Amino acid sequence: MILGRVVGQVVATRKRPQFEGAKLLLVQPETPQGEAVGATLLTVDSVGAGVNERVLVVLEGRAAGEALGKKGAPVDAAIVGIVDQLEYEE
Amino acid sequence: MQLARVIGDVVATPKDALLEGITLLLVQPLGADGKDVGRPLVAVDSVGAGVGETVFFVRGKEASFPFYPVEVPADAGIVGIVDHWSTR
Repeated sequence: MILGRVVGQVVATRKRPQFEGAKLLLVQPETPQGEAVGATLLTVDSVGAGVNERVLVVLEGRAAGEALGKKGAPVDAAIVGIVDQLEYEE
Repeated sequence: MQLARVIGDVVATPKDALLEGITLLLVQPLGADGKDVGRPLVAVDSVGAGVGETVFFVRGKEASFPFYPVEVPADAGIVGIVDHWSTR
């Protein structure tokens, strides 16, 4: 899993049926220090995350599909947690 | 998944038999600011996207899921067309 921050929301009417009812959030991957790294990801949210929140993201198809709770969903990224606190060593 | 803009289509006559009848589109990944990020790639389309549209695509084996039970040999697939998006 990776750490990231929710930076936006996407609305899409025409999409694969497995995305019906799913919330699509843009997540900027971050280092533990909170610096942005790499390209913005589009994720499905399974925990009720919102913009500006720090989140935990699975970046793997099977895991993301399980988080979404739909069989055969063509997804590769899902928010699976909202980070309350992070402790790390420099 | 990632946001992308459809920038072209690809015609390939000799190809894997499982790709027969499947639309191949050239997509340019986008950041949340709408700017290009990284290199364009070819994705299979299962939502009827067209050149100029903003879409989102999935990477990996999941790109083939919309064609189940056919196991299409694809590693990127367009799975939605974006109406609009907002950023903080």
